Amino acid sequence: MTITTYELSHLDQLEAESVHIFREVAAEFERPCLLFSGGKDSIVMLHLAQKAFWPARLPFPLMHVDTGHNFPEVLEYRDRRIEETGARLVVASVQQAIDDGRVAEETGPRASRNRLQTTTLLDAIEEHRFDALFGGARRDEEKARAKERVYSFRDDFGQWDPKNQRPELWNLYNGRLNQGEHIRVFPISNWTELDIWQYIQRENIEIPSVYFAHQRPVFSRDNMWLSESPYVTRSDQEEVATRMVRYRTVGDMSCTGAVESEAQTIEEIIEEVSATRITERGATRADDRVSEAAMEDRKKEGYF
Amino acid sequence: MEFLRFATAGSVDDGKSTLIGRLLYDTKSIFQDQMEAIEATSKQMGNEQVNLALLTDGLRAEREQGITIDVAYRYFATPKRKFIIADTPGHTQYTRNMITGASTADLALVLIDARHGVVEQSRRHAFLASLLRIPHLVVCINKMDLVDYDEKAFETVKEEFRNFAMKLDVTDLTFIPMSALHGDNVVDRSENMPWYQGSPLLHHLEQVHISSDRNHVDARFPVQYVIRPQTNEHHDYRGYAGTVAGGVFKPGDEVVVLPSGFTSTVASIDTFNGPVDEAFGPMSVTLRLTDNIDISRGDMICRPNNQPHAGQDLQAMVCWMSDTKPLTPRMKLAIKHTTRTARVMVTDLQYQLDVNTLHRQMAPGSLGLNEIGRVTLRSTQPLFFDEYRRNRNTGSFVLIDEASNDTVAAGMIVGSGV
Ligand SMILES: Nc1nc2c(ncn2[C@@H]2O[C@H](COP(=O)(O)OP(=O)(O)O)[C@@H](O)[C@H]2O)c(=O)[nH]1
Repeated sequence: MTITTYELSHLDQLEAESVHIFREVAAEFERPCLLFSGGKDSIVMLHLAQKAFWPARLPFPLMHVDTGHNFPEVLEYRDRRIEETGARLVVASVQQAIDDGRVAEETGPRASRNRLQTTTLLDAIEEHRFDALFGGARRDEEKARAKERVYSFRDDFGQWDPKNQRPELWNLYNGRLNQGEHIRVFPISNWTELDIWQYIQRENIEIPSVYFAHQRPVFSRDNMWLSESPYVTRSDQEEVATRMVRYRTVGDMSCTGAVESEAQTIEEIIEEVSATRITERGATRADDRVSEAAMEDRKKEGYF
Repeated sequence: MEFLRFATAGSVDDGKSTLIGRLLYDTKSIFQDQMEAIEATSKQMGNEQVNLALLTDGLRAEREQGITIDVAYRYFATPKRKFIIADTPGHTQYTRNMITGASTADLALVLIDARHGVVEQSRRHAFLASLLRIPHLVVCINKMDLVDYDEKAFETVKEEFRNFAMKLDVTDLTFIPMSALHGDNVVDRSENMPWYQGSPLLHHLEQVHISSDRNHVDARFPVQYVIRPQTNEHHDYRGYAGTVAGGVFKPGDEVVVLPSGFTSTVASIDTFNGPVDEAFGPMSVTLRLTDNIDISRGDMICRPNNQPHAGQDLQAMVCWMSDTKPLTPRMKLAIKHTTRTARVMVTDLQYQLDVNTLHRQMAPGSLGLNEIGRVTLRSTQPLFFDEYRRNRNTGSFVLIDEASNDTVAAGMIVGSGV
């Protein structure tokens, strides 16, 4: 006789929790939407969402807040996944917002479209009347996020008030909205970077090629490798050299840094991540480096 | 590898942040850039040593005030287990945050300063842990270095705590003498306290047995979402998605659906990766039944010979969390219980419990922020529930103020009836 212990592995528990959250939101909100950047966290979210509703299709669309500064590999991946899953894609374009005069492009060598994403996102939320947006933020990423609830309420301006969060008890989520509010939902709040990679491995999920080590023309800025691209202006000191690198996160090409790596398979990435001593955001996001409280400030402003 | 979720509590300056910082540091969960950031901040603040407590001080407002004001979640792993820490603030006014962090915890860790012994806050934290039925309670008697690592000092605090805990419903109680600052009995066994025979904290966290804490006896499946693909390929598919809230389900099981009372049989338990042989908590699955019956969100699937209470009257302990209005008899609120939402009226407020003395003040008239009391509720629709002590999933609920939409109470069901 075998003795059943009813134990679930940590990945199974994380998966079950995320699936529960997806279903809860789909049941209680009228117009949810999943933010999909083609980065590994949103890829895992899409996979979890598919699991939550299988064999039905996703009961909500995906939205890509497109800065126009994309890795071509990631765009190609995005479009292929959309086709495979039959999901509907909404593209909220920063370029369009610039063209329409809704926002003004920053200039100079440090110009980034990161801040412009906020307006573009809020405009899209209003246009499509989305009431719940699934985001791929994880609490292990950054200190301000460590305190954010799974359901994060935003006012008309998309602002988050860290002092005024609803208590979140057991797995009972209060999804009632006040006039003009919407929520950001973080189904993978409790996942760590390592969990994400282990899950990608276990589920055999395809990811864009930029996550694996490859030769790329890069230059050094603020102790990280930025890709040469039409979207960044280099100073004379910033010399380009071809190096073996991979990305730990993908976002706007102008401010997402690569790390030197030889990892060509998921196994090798997991090995590297397990040994790595720098947080993912610290290593690869120029925008978070501005100040220690940068993330908190941007969140209050309506960023993801 | 299994998860252990634990909540930490302690009054200000007992060393909670230092302990968590130490756990993260000694398990090598601190990244180089985080370490550099806190080294810099420590210098700025004029600290000689690196202040490990800074690692867990999150938001800027808190940094400025030097206190922890909200639940923060931390993650670390050892080769044996993955851990989620719900780091909860100790102040009285944040009881609601402690309850938030503790509601899903497998284990609670309460810190006590060896010099001060059991204080009001320690009693409150122990009480809340028992109220929320966190199965394991670990009392860390900290700052042993300041009492010369003296066994008698440890025993005195331990006895004091035990005397209080006897009045509580605590099943598994462990005491560990430690110095979070110097690392004694946190990860490594302390050489300063050879008289202590037990495990260091981390070892205890790795070993404590938790899988039997969940209810695997009473099969409960609150229907969360009905899956109807309506595609050619899955034309007649009708699945009931949800998270198992108790017991075990297997294909072939005879089941009854509440409130309709219709019976059927589990045809299959579906997941994206294919059908499974059994489902138990906290798996999220999809049940298909052999009969076509009308089932919707909020219904409860269980076994005919083991059903939850079904009714509109329930007895519960509630912790009130609103700072804008008190709970009063006759008040009307929304309730969220499993996947069911209804309205309730507070038909009676029997007593308020003093969390420090456990004294019951009868007929208090109202409950204010962070106060705990016993109420009777009547709901507009039947609810399907168990006692919280038997099942944390089907025995818990939240109350929502319909005007502000705020979550204003956490509730734990004591029984049915008026
Ligand atoms: N001597 C000694 N001091 C400690 C110990 N643990 C913490 N402290 C000190 O007690 C003070 C408060 O600690 P902290 O971790 O910030 O407490 P918290 O308010 O509970 O988070 C700090 O100055 C710590 O350095 C200990 O085991 N021994």
